[in-house]
Amino acid sequence: MSHLAGVELTFKDFETDQEVRWCPGCGDYAILKAVQQALPQINKSKEDIVFISGIGCSSRFPYYVETYGFHSIHGRAPAIASGVKLANPNLSVWQITGDGDALAIGGNHFIHALRRNIDINILLFNNEIYGLTKGQFSPTSAQGLKTKSSPFGTVDRAFSPGKLALGAEANFFARVIDIDPKRMTDVLVQAEQHKGSSLVEILQNCVIFNDKVFADVTAKEVKLDRQLWLEHGKPMIFGAEQNKGLILNGLKLEVVTIGENGITEADILVHDAHGEDKTLHQMLIGMEAPEFPVAFGIIRQVEGPTFDDQTWNQIEASKEKARVHSVDELMNSGVTWEIE
Amino acid sequence: MSKNVEEIDDVVIKFAGDSGDGMQLTGSQFSNTTAFIGNDLATFPDYPAEIRAPQGTVAGVSGFKIQFGNQQIFSPGDEADVLVAMNPAALKANLNWIKERGTIIIDSDSFKQKDFEKAHFETNPLEDGSLEGFNVIEAPITKLTKDSVADFDIENKSRTRSKNMFALGVVYWLFSRPLDITENFLDEKFKKHPEIAKANKAALRAGYNYALTVELLPSAYKVRPAALPKGKYRSITGNIATAWGFLAAAERSGLKLFLGSYPITPASDILHELSKFKNFDVVTLQAEDEIAGICSAIGASFAGSLAITSTSGPGLALKGEAIGLAMMTELPLVIIDVQRGGPSTGLPTKTEQSDLLQAVYGRNGESPVIVLAASTPGNCFDYAYQAAKLAVEHMTPVILLTDGFIANGAAPWRIRQVAEMDSITPAIVNAETNDWKAYSRDEAKLSRFWAVPGTKGFAHRIGGLEKQEGSGNVSYDPANHELMVKIRAEKVKRVANFIPELEVEGEQEADLLVVGWGGTYGGLHTAVEAMRQKGHSIALAHFNYINPLPKNTADVFARYKKITVCELNNGQFVKLLRSELPQFEYGQYNKIQGLPFSKSELVNEFTKELEESL
Repeated sequence: MSHLAGVELTFKDFETDQEVRWCPGCGDYAILKAVQQALPQINKSKEDIVFISGIGCSSRFPYYVETYGFHSIHGRAPAIASGVKLANPNLSVWQITGDGDALAIGGNHFIHALRRNIDINILLFNNEIYGLTKGQFSPTSAQGLKTKSSPFGTVDRAFSPGKLALGAEANFFARVIDIDPKRMTDVLVQAEQHKGSSLVEILQNCVIFNDKVFADVTAKEVKLDRQLWLEHGKPMIFGAEQNKGLILNGLKLEVVTIGENGITEADILVHDAHGEDKTLHQMLIGMEAPEFPVAFGIIRQVEGPTFDDQTWNQIEASKEKARVHSVDELMNSGVTWEIE
Repeated sequence: MSKNVEEIDDVVIKFAGDSGDGMQLTGSQFSNTTAFIGNDLATFPDYPAEIRAPQGTVAGVSGFKIQFGNQQIFSPGDEADVLVAMNPAALKANLNWIKERGTIIIDSDSFKQKDFEKAHFETNPLEDGSLEGFNVIEAPITKLTKDSVADFDIENKSRTRSKNMFALGVVYWLFSRPLDITENFLDEKFKKHPEIAKANKAALRAGYNYALTVELLPSAYKVRPAALPKGKYRSITGNIATAWGFLAAAERSGLKLFLGSYPITPASDILHELSKFKNFDVVTLQAEDEIAGICSAIGASFAGSLAITSTSGPGLALKGEAIGLAMMTELPLVIIDVQRGGPSTGLPTKTEQSDLLQAVYGRNGESPVIVLAASTPGNCFDYAYQAAKLAVEHMTPVILLTDGFIANGAAPWRIRQVAEMDSITPAIVNAETNDWKAYSRDEAKLSRFWAVPGTKGFAHRIGGLEKQEGSGNVSYDPANHELMVKIRAEKVKRVANFIPELEVEGEQEADLLVVGWGGTYGGLHTAVEAMRQKGHSIALAHFNYINPLPKNTADVFARYKKITVCELNNGQFVKLLRSELPQFEYGQYNKIQGLPFSKSELVNEFTKELEESL
């Protein structure tokens, strides 16, 4: 809980008077709750937090959080968030986006925000479909998906947000899921505490246009065998019996069972989220059910200088070397002459 | 050796060569020196879009024209008194633009058979009589330059590079200019390569001495200083003046300046210039594209900065949706459009005024914004300042139109004092502000108030969806939408109460009122003034405020028998005037060649219009 100014904030402090207007059963409700639970834990006053969104179902989010907020235009939220953060680096800046907003119309801004490593938190609600425009395929839709705009099945190949992010030099990538708000809250707090661009992909169910799209990893009977929750420094063990794990076989990941074929816990890969090398992070991000479990938690978290820090460091450093110290001095510098 | 010096009033010089010959540098050095010794001047850099267009071809010719004199100079002039042609292509491109009996200085080392062929001369112009009547000075500039730098430790390929400095030295002698401004410039520019600085200075001096020594040149000329208004001056281009205007506005308003921008010709110098002044707490973001440029600025504006974005026509098109967002969220923002020849990629390095309608109308929905236009290199400073002031006091996007002609052109500029400029009072809330709502408004201006993240007690949400008047909550109410559209229109309309009235140059009543706007001021002024000197009944109304128009515009128009609107486009301002003030009849004169107006074509046109009205 935050103890700023002696006031302890709770999730209730971050609820607005606006009626929340997502479809009943939408995964967005759980995400909103998880965010409202996370915010009191980040040690920031309400007025120092800003939520910026683009366009899409998820992008209504800022209206529902009692902080400063900006519901902007389609795809451009990373650029707006970058401007906010650069103008006032003291602010905690959160970008809310979806798979269409971030990866289709806003793809350029998305990759460049990550490349610069500007200190914002990007929450990407991935439901693998366009909701607000009523059901067209998105850049993350599975190839072959039949939608209103792909009645014969989409021929588009899908993006993996995490792979794209790492390709764009992202230092922080985590994946969570709407039906596990408790772990989501923990990851969100860590995303905020990480200095630099933090991307959290939130698998989110669209009950209307793409219901149960993640059922193969969330269904009760399979979820323990198909979800690998990663923790830095801990072995990659999962499964209903907690006896399955990952090893490297040559250059490929392989699922093994502890106790079979002489495999012991010591053989299982230990998660190193902080390693510079992104090879294994990429492989973990790319794991798909049913052959592999889907990786969740913080997959990559590498420290690095942030764009905003470097920008302001440059500004501060330039003050020491500056030859002119006011606009009057600037205008009078160089070659000038008097006319009497 | 005595110097035969003839005194003259004003001169037009054109430096022309390959796009790699350094003609822009040569021209700007000549301008700086000329300004320093007190002449008034106007310049016109004219270069190809390609960085190194095919060598020796007409398409690759880069030119720099300057007019200077002992009186006020408003335009770079039409035909040149002196042409410096570094190769046959440069000669060919300018042959029709030299005065009768004008002087042509050529580098005879670059006038070989293969050079003629590249320039598509069928015969040698030096021998076939086509230069008859001109005073042609053939100098082996390449060879002499090589000789002059022989003693310096520089790369072989650099030895002929200084030939532009040799040519500049010749022209300095011809017009009795001192060398030290350029020598100091070279020392500074090549601080890390002193040998290169020395070689260039040697070439400059060699050119000067060559002209002094050889008897190719009949006499040198002297142009006395111009009687400009008293004060301290410097030379400035429109783009630099624009950048400085925003620096001044930031300092005066106490706001931090943020520029989000994507490089584009001819606006990039604004980004370059502001990037130098981080020590003034200026943040410049070279964004990934035009849209990110403006959107980062909108974010910075939301967070309390004086936020601006710079671009040219194609970039303005890309920024359209975001301008609508800034208009809807009623955040301050300045968009600078340094206009160039369009449509599409068009003529990137040429000037035009064809973004006016895009600036006024080019967005989805009812989306009014303030539109201003600077009209000289120097007053880019004043209108940048004014654009910033209007944006943060009226809480609205402002589009500032300049153009390639005034952006790249240089002129002497009387240095301003920040403390003497109009104050800027941003509409920012503070702890004492009572009864604030996101869309509560100032009664006179109809502007809302700026509540900046980080300010306790003002957390609120804004966005591009329609707002309920007052609360700022999302509203789909039909009557509210109509109300909001009208409030936003009225808000911009009321800016007319806060801007100066239109002033006319010349008679307050006359037969012909010439109407112009933006960067054509110098040309229009020169032509109208020449006509007035001859006794014609003509006046000039030049607009810097496009939307809203100055309040007295109709009163002014009513005093003239005939109105003609002159623009470097196919008739955009005249279209706006016809719809805003339909009670008047408008003639129009348009030029769409990527070039500024020439005095002679305007004088012809105005003469014709006056004759027709008799």
